[in-house]
Amino acid sequence: MCLWCLSESTTAFLPFQTTILAVKFNGGVIIGSDSRASMGGSYVSSKTINKLIQVHDRIFCCIAGSLADAQAVTKMAKFQLSFHSIQMESPPLVKAAASVMKELCYSNKEELQAGFITAGWDRKKGPQVYTVSLGGMLLSQPFTIGGSGSTYIYGYVDAKYKPDMSREECLQFATNALALAIGRDNVSGGVVHLVVITEDGVEHVVIPGDKLPKFHDE
Amino acid sequence: MLEESNGPGWLSEEVKTGTTIIGIEFDGGVVLGSDSRVSAGASVVNRVMNKLSLLHDKIYCALSGSAADAQTIAEVVNYQLDVHSVELGEDPLVRSAATLVKNISYKYKEELSAHLIVAGWDRKKGGQVYATLNGLLSRQPFAVGGSGSSYIYGFVDAEYRKGMSRRECQEFVVNALTLAMSRDGSSGGVAYLVTIDETGAEEKCVLGNDLPKFFDQ
Repeated sequence: MCLWCLSESTTAFLPFQTTILAVKFNGGVIIGSDSRASMGGSYVSSKTINKLIQVHDRIFCCIAGSLADAQAVTKMAKFQLSFHSIQMESPPLVKAAASVMKELCYSNKEELQAGFITAGWDRKKGPQVYTVSLGGMLLSQPFTIGGSGSTYIYGYVDAKYKPDMSREECLQFATNALALAIGRDNVSGGVVHLVVITEDGVEHVVIPGDKLPKFHDE
Repeated sequence: MLEESNGPGWLSEEVKTGTTIIGIEFDGGVVLGSDSRVSAGASVVNRVMNKLSLLHDKIYCALSGSAADAQTIAEVVNYQLDVHSVELGEDPLVRSAATLVKNISYKYKEELSAHLIVAGWDRKKGGQVYATLNGLLSRQPFAVGGSGSSYIYGFVDAEYRKGMSRRECQEFVVNALTLAMSRDGSSGGVAYLVTIDETGAEEKCVLGNDLPKFFDQ
């Protein structure tokens, strides 16, 4: 599993202060993040920001990197995808959404500093998770983690991930991973936002800080 | 681009034991574990180094950071403990060993860059693990250190439970080291373990292909 591009380059250029992840399960994907926005690591500018952006009915992304660049890219992606789905007369493929971001990141790699996790469901390949790194690399993976908090949970996700989990198992896995990262990373925190995407629809789950699972020293 | 030929990188790079080290206490003793990689920049200069250093019969320390600094601290403390135990007429306390390490780390904190985890068994308090990062002295149920430790914080937080048995602690250490070694470029090789209890210290080496396997695409 190669995530070194996303986390190494984000920590080299700018520490993106968050924890984000996306995981495939049997029948869908879960994409999640914390909700803290901080300035310089010592001031929390927002406790409840939603970092999960919907770019189409069954496709979401979350961002790693400069917020401004990320907003610009996702706006453009949203527009291109809606146009594309009208032309094709069907919902876009998750890979198409990820490719749109990849094109933008790769062509503008000198100016932009944002990487993405794209996850969703489409009729052709079912649930998928893609990473687009800072320089514009596109990679499909069963699960992926990003942001400064992700460093602390590499061991946990490597140990605990199983392919073909059920929806409940996957929710527990994602919640635990985010809770552990929030527990160790001072720039991740707040509530846990999770979006469950399946063929039937999209469900947004919010878990407030006090309802997160507690581990041994808490 | 003109390249200066100063010889191979590893001649001029500082030698660091990048590392993952971990110590955990169980009822009646401790388990200390480490990886075995020593790197100088991008080169691995030793792939089988045992980073668990003896300070006394039932007190070991795990080395991380600059290889030279860590080894020197361990040697100095080994000597100081020998003198101390002769003066005392009996085995030293683990806390004494940790305090000696802490004193050096704190006094020379600007010059040295090494972090040692001290663990062992003594008659007064049984198994103990002390972290001495940057000159602090803190007794903990378990401690992780080194560059690879960042990747396993989540794992150890989730998996640690109070009251684990000796065998469970050994498995915990091997699992944590394996996960860290697979993610950290500066950790790798084999896993060294030392289990210390009332009867003495038992050293063990788990070779690469005997390490547990986790999910890998």
